[in-house]
Amino acid sequence: MRMSLRERVVDHTILTLFALFAVIPLVGVVVSAVTPSAANDGGFHLPTTIDLGNFGLAWTDGHFGSYMLSSLLVTVGVVVLTTVLAVLAGFAFARLEFAGSTVLFFVLLAGLMLPSEAFIIPLYFNLRSAGLLDTYAALILPQTAQSLAFGIFWMRNTFRVFPQEVIEAARLDGARDLRLLWGVVVPPSLPSVATMAVLVSMWTWNEFLMPLVLITSEDHRTAPLGLAFFKGQHLTDYSLLSAGGIIVALPIVVLYVLLQKRFISGMLGGFADR
Amino acid sequence: MSRTSSSRRSLAPYLYVLPAFVVFAVFLGWPFLQTLQYSFYDWDGLSVATWAGVQNYADVVSDPVLRSAFGHALVLMLFYSAVPIVVALVLTGVISRASALRGMSVYRTLLFLPQVIASVVVATIWVSIYSQGGLLNQALRLVGLDSVARVWLGDYALALPAIGFVGTWLNIGLCLVLFLSGVSTIHPSLFEAARLDGAGAVREFVSVTLPLLRGQVAVALTLTVVSALKTFDLVYVTTGGGPGTSTVVPAFEAYNRAFNTGKVGSAAAVAITLTLVILLVTVLINRLSPRETS
Repeated sequence: MRMSLRERVVDHTILTLFALFAVIPLVGVVVSAVTPSAANDGGFHLPTTIDLGNFGLAWTDGHFGSYMLSSLLVTVGVVVLTTVLAVLAGFAFARLEFAGSTVLFFVLLAGLMLPSEAFIIPLYFNLRSAGLLDTYAALILPQTAQSLAFGIFWMRNTFRVFPQEVIEAARLDGARDLRLLWGVVVPPSLPSVATMAVLVSMWTWNEFLMPLVLITSEDHRTAPLGLAFFKGQHLTDYSLLSAGGIIVALPIVVLYVLLQKRFISGMLGGFADR
Repeated sequence: MSRTSSSRRSLAPYLYVLPAFVVFAVFLGWPFLQTLQYSFYDWDGLSVATWAGVQNYADVVSDPVLRSAFGHALVLMLFYSAVPIVVALVLTGVISRASALRGMSVYRTLLFLPQVIASVVVATIWVSIYSQGGLLNQALRLVGLDSVARVWLGDYALALPAIGFVGTWLNIGLCLVLFLSGVSTIHPSLFEAARLDGAGAVREFVSVTLPLLRGQVAVALTLTVVSALKTFDLVYVTTGGGPGTSTVVPAFEAYNRAFNTGKVGSAAAVAITLTLVILLVTVLINRLSPRETS
């Protein structure tokens, strides 16, 4: 397309300006994390000496080793459970006919609208009386429940556009529902399954309220929760706080940079279709 | 086909949905109904609950802290939703044919980056930016506005707008990426036609770009308004509702009442009210947005 030079310059300038607006605070954190604590007042200074020791100190002092492990376990648990359950249910909603399917689907979909505050209070008391408070199960199961609304919606959309002829051919070959699903329908749909898994990983990793309420001891704390407590102990040590923040954010940011196309189109597409 | 196999076929779909439904019902659906029940009781979480009727809901309207919490949510909506959408629309108008720009994917990646960072991390970043020696005060002093510099999150009048501005920072990129991807689907010939008809930049934006972006605007509105209403982590980490109660928001107050001050019934009523508001807002926005013809 023909675009005038002036138009291109204006466009690039605007986009660069706003990209900087988005990124400068993040660059600030990285700079802050390598600035020696004593020289850090929260402002932006090019450090005279680079102190990578802040990461080590934050890691050990903030127990991030254990927090990251908790986060990893919970995230893997939620993603695996959500994927299996959402694929099964999404397939049924997209391809099988049964009475009440529309009502059931909308009940599940309502989960997308529900703020966590609307179910976390009884959940706390229920899990406590079931002896599940402060366990990984107390994080994995409710988080899966919350991810399912999106997961089922996403998989249903995916399976709805799956070519009917392929399914019919497989049925003629005698494939029953389950084999048809995992052997014929799922493999070509893997990119879509992966997008869902990536988004659910991000939401689970970043979740704060559920671990805050449902985890009481240090052993099961997830990384964001650990960071909040770390902040409580180091109110004005901006170097350590920045280092801790980077440790918590890094896994998802790396994943994002590697898969940014999938992230953006998944988030926008998922919601735009809603 | 025999009768047994046909009846099995009709039951099978339920078996596919059942596992998901059980997890959903036990950990989300049922607790939601319990929240509804709690909201009609006076309960401290320990002793026997007593029936309170609609008193907890009446408090949402009359209790100054709760009332202001919902007022604060309105202020946040302005910062999370209105400002980013207006700014992003203006920018999109200027960058009307940006899909042809080189390096677009780099801009998209950078603009969207804040969205993927945990809100707790975002909160700690902004705590340092707003601090006494932080980036914001540093910038103000640099341009000679020393008198304006302050501890932003400790200021009764400015702590809430300061939190709101974090939402602006978060959502401008989201809205811009959303609108630019919408613009890129508009056929260039429409812009050319408008120009041939002698439309200026403003006219072109109002009569070509804006109408075709209505769907994206509705999505942006839904996402940003709901995220403003759901704000919790940011307040919890940056101000804890203070100074005083100047940054208390509904989600924070629901948590605070249930788990810190032992007003479980009241907390449940706040949570249900918040849910209703979110539902209402979502339905309203959907009503206003164009019907997709698919």
